[in-house]
Amino acid sequence: MINDKLQNRKFVIGGLIVLVVFIYAIRLLSLQVFTSSYKVLADDNAFYKRILFPSRGLIYDRYGKLLVYNRPAYDIMVTMKEISNLDTTDFCNTVGITKEWFVQRMNDIKDRHINQGYSPYTPQVFITQVLPDDYARLMEKLFHFPGFTVQRRSVRDYAYDVAAHTLGSIGEVSRTTIENDPYYKPGDYVGISGVEKSYESVLRGEKGVQILLRDSRGRIKGSYDDGKYDQQPVTGKDITLSLDVELQMLGEKLMQGKRGSIVAIEPSTGQILAMVSAPSYDPKLMVGRQRSQLFQQLNTDPERPLLDRSIMGRYPPGSTFKAANALILQQEGITTKDTRVACHGGYFVGHFKVGCHIHPSPLDLEGAIAYSCNTYFCTEFRAMLDSKKFKNIEQSFNAWRKDILTFGFGQKLGIDLPNENSGFIPTTKTYNREHGRRRWTSLNIVSDAIGQGEIIATPLQIANLCALVANRGYWITPHIVRSIEDGNIDPRYLVKHVPPIDKWYYNNVVEGMRQSVIYGTSRIASFGDSIVVCGKTGTSQNPPHKDHSIFMGFAPMNHPKIAIMCIVENSGFGATYAAPIASLMMEFYLTRKISPARQGLETTMENTFLIPNYGSKNSIVAPAR
Amino acid sequence: MVRKIQLSHLLDKWVILIFLLMIIFGWFNVYGASYGFHQTNFWSFEYRSGKQLIWIACAFVIGGVILLLDGKYYEQLAYIFYAAVLVLLAITIVVAPNIKGSHSWLVFGPVSFQPAELAKLATALALAKYISHPGFSLSKRQDVWWVFGIILTPFVLIVLQAETGSALVFMAFFLMLYREGLPGILLLIVSILIVLFLIVLPLSEVPIYGNVGSLGFLIALSIIFLIEIGAVVAYERDWKTARYFLLGGILLFGIGLLLQMSYDVLFNQIALILVILSSLYLIFLFIYKRKRAYIWIALFAIGATVVSFSGDYFFDHVLEQHQRTRIEVVLGMKNDPQGVGYNVNQSKIAIGSGGFWGKGFLQGTQTKLKYVPEQDTDFIFCTVGEEHGFVGSLGVLLLYALLLFRLIYIAESHRDTFLRVYTYSIVSIMLFHVLINVGMVLGLTPVIGIPLPFFSYGGSSLWSFTVMLFILLRLDVSQKMRFR
Repeated sequence: MINDKLQNRKFVIGGLIVLVVFIYAIRLLSLQVFTSSYKVLADDNAFYKRILFPSRGLIYDRYGKLLVYNRPAYDIMVTMKEISNLDTTDFCNTVGITKEWFVQRMNDIKDRHINQGYSPYTPQVFITQVLPDDYARLMEKLFHFPGFTVQRRSVRDYAYDVAAHTLGSIGEVSRTTIENDPYYKPGDYVGISGVEKSYESVLRGEKGVQILLRDSRGRIKGSYDDGKYDQQPVTGKDITLSLDVELQMLGEKLMQGKRGSIVAIEPSTGQILAMVSAPSYDPKLMVGRQRSQLFQQLNTDPERPLLDRSIMGRYPPGSTFKAANALILQQEGITTKDTRVACHGGYFVGHFKVGCHIHPSPLDLEGAIAYSCNTYFCTEFRAMLDSKKFKNIEQSFNAWRKDILTFGFGQKLGIDLPNENSGFIPTTKTYNREHGRRRWTSLNIVSDAIGQGEIIATPLQIANLCALVANRGYWITPHIVRSIEDGNIDPRYLVKHVPPIDKWYYNNVVEGMRQSVIYGTSRIASFGDSIVVCGKTGTSQNPPHKDHSIFMGFAPMNHPKIAIMCIVENSGFGATYAAPIASLMMEFYLTRKISPARQGLETTMENTFLIPNYGSKNSIVAPAR
Repeated sequence: MVRKIQLSHLLDKWVILIFLLMIIFGWFNVYGASYGFHQTNFWSFEYRSGKQLIWIACAFVIGGVILLLDGKYYEQLAYIFYAAVLVLLAITIVVAPNIKGSHSWLVFGPVSFQPAELAKLATALALAKYISHPGFSLSKRQDVWWVFGIILTPFVLIVLQAETGSALVFMAFFLMLYREGLPGILLLIVSILIVLFLIVLPLSEVPIYGNVGSLGFLIALSIIFLIEIGAVVAYERDWKTARYFLLGGILLFGIGLLLQMSYDVLFNQIALILVILSSLYLIFLFIYKRKRAYIWIALFAIGATVVSFSGDYFFDHVLEQHQRTRIEVVLGMKNDPQGVGYNVNQSKIAIGSGGFWGKGFLQGTQTKLKYVPEQDTDFIFCTVGEEHGFVGSLGVLLLYALLLFRLIYIAESHRDTFLRVYTYSIVSIMLFHVLINVGMVLGLTPVIGIPLPFFSYGGSSLWSFTVMLFILLRLDVSQKMRFR
């Protein structure tokens, strides 16, 4: 070699080669072994997960009649790259849209800010849930419009136009729900009210997924590994409600044109037999694309048809509350069956007056319930509050309050429907705030004796009180779902709640309610001779508006099958509307018919419209598109 | 007969073995990369895997012919061949159609051919012949000009074809020149300048904490200052001058920190002042002590500083837009997965998703679904990374390292300058190809469209590397025969 020194440079060049391999090996290590995110990115690239939607569970009534089922609806899809020679005018006319809407919609689809998953190669939703007529027209001409396809999806349909509040509806999942539950993806349908919401996890089933291969241009290249990793969707479970749909239909018919509510419970089980909130709407209309528009219309309606009055309505329970007080007063040893109080047209203390209507005097406990004597309950309630048993009025009031809460008042009962209201039972704080600390006496709060004043209850709570009396000593949390396919209902709907009232005290209240139907305020509630009905009217004062007509009752007297509560807002005495409506309901439930003698009453009730210019719910029609 | 037996005996078994391994593994990867979902026929010539089989067969024929020719022809014909290729390159500029913006392909009916591939071989042979002339020395200015001329003429012609990627390969010859005596310091300085360029560019816009200057410039100037100190220490073999430098540096930055409380001080400017002051001191030392080394160190510092600052200017005003964006992407200046960085991003995803063992042959989703552009040509290493994982990728890299080591061994085992220069040229070219190609796929080097030797799909590249390798083998055999 000429220059041996230069020969050593082969080591430098060799070292350079080693250095390159070394650096690249480290880079490979960090990319392939120490970073896992690339695998996810590659899968996100390659695998298009097509969601397979399960069909939603069906809903039946207590006798197995199908209430809610699924029907196909059609979304028009558009694949931008496949559009060619589109006759826009013809297309718009066929689908029933304006050209401006068409242009706007196409721009929205292409805007990745609005439509994040946009690809010109995959179908994008153009219109959701076209009407059957439009669909039929489009199908005839679809071949004229390359790029447009139709995708089937299923929406809810209803066999009966009743129980809209209870059944609830489904709608597109909200952003917050998506954030809280990764199961949901934008565009999914989810129960948003009623049973659809509270039993969402049962009804929805489980989505399946089909893993497809997608190339760099978004084109589908077939299924991955022959569908080995695909998951079939799991159909939602069917549920059976405790609702008797025919009873419900009768209830809604009787309540049409009125504001108010009916809640009927099977006392021995706590199952709800009927649940009417009036005014109502046709659940069939709350489906599909007109839903949001109709929802707006109903939401701004002054009669508030969307409000489920049976669980959200806040009413003074009025005289029905006397049944609850009768139980407590007996238990506290203030009142006995034979305690008699004289009544001369009202309860008078100085200038203070609680009116009462004309009835025989003096009355014992049963008579006082039968005639709904205000004087009796005011006197006895004050006797309890001022009793020497208690140190002061706060203590006595708290004792009363503790008992009343065990009946289910002043708290959410825990029905399996969303948005239940808790009602209100005042506390000592309420009165301290109102009158000053310890500056109130039994006279200040005497309205509580007759279910007025600060006391607020929901129809459900009053119906529950009725069930408690009918059961003579216990209540089971009212619930609407009777059974779930392949599953059990929540065990808390099997628990008996037993208030601290001795059993025999109930008999006196029951007897009083029986007397009420025989000769007292609830005479109109009587039907037939074979079935022994018990009842209690109420007239809940609602100044400055007209009183609410309230009635609660159960039948038969022994082994009751139905406990019912009815309220008709601003309609007057309990006996005027609530008692006849409730009794017709009881009659129908127990005999499956209305006796000819009472069909006139049924017609009268049905055709009484208390809300001016407000017909039956069916008068609300779908808004024009 | 005798000759043939001798030939097969004397052929370098290692090179042949590695060559075969690469060709076979390469073909499987081309097959994997071009494999489509509706493709059922493994051998159909409609597909690239099938075509590649033809190219491979042709490569073997070409290799065989080369081995049968006497080695002395290559040396004798080197200049003529080189001149012919230059003419071809010049013609190509005029004749070639525009393919993806470059005029580098000659099209003859169904066959197209890239003369730039031949130019590498021709230049390697011409350099080998010129350097092997007796009396050649890189210390002779005239020889240096000639060598640079041989390298730069095809370089310029290829640049004129707008095929910058292939032209850059000619820079690899400087590595061979280093072996032949080019001062190592030149190589080092060029490397340092490139590193400085790479540091300043992406970081020049990055502010230091509290916005007290540009991070990129601070780092670059600090490196220059430290190199200055290192050079002074290395030259004087004493820390005396270096101590002044360090003290001055600490003092200046201390003052800067103090002034920071009441004035806006830019620390990269303090570093600049430091570099200027130290360079002035070195110039003073040169005038005072009359030692040339001082002026060289000072000139380096000033030059490096100018390069650092001119980087921005050069980048913004000299480079073309697509070159700028490519560099920007590699330096992480632009994170734009759908734009220019898309290729690199997808190739990183492909490689990264391969994991340790890979997804298995034909199981790569990134390549199968065409997420990586040019996946069977320039980005073929993606397929290796995705389907064969870390093991396969490292295996390929080690195979290249083995081949290059073996070639270096062959080059150094003979006393023939022509063979040595030629072999080192081939080594340099291959190393450059692997460095840039794999680096680009891994997101480490700019995206320059040059193929991976023996792996990428395509006849031109495969044949040109086969010819280079087999000429080398033939020369090796000739040398062995001569000294038998």
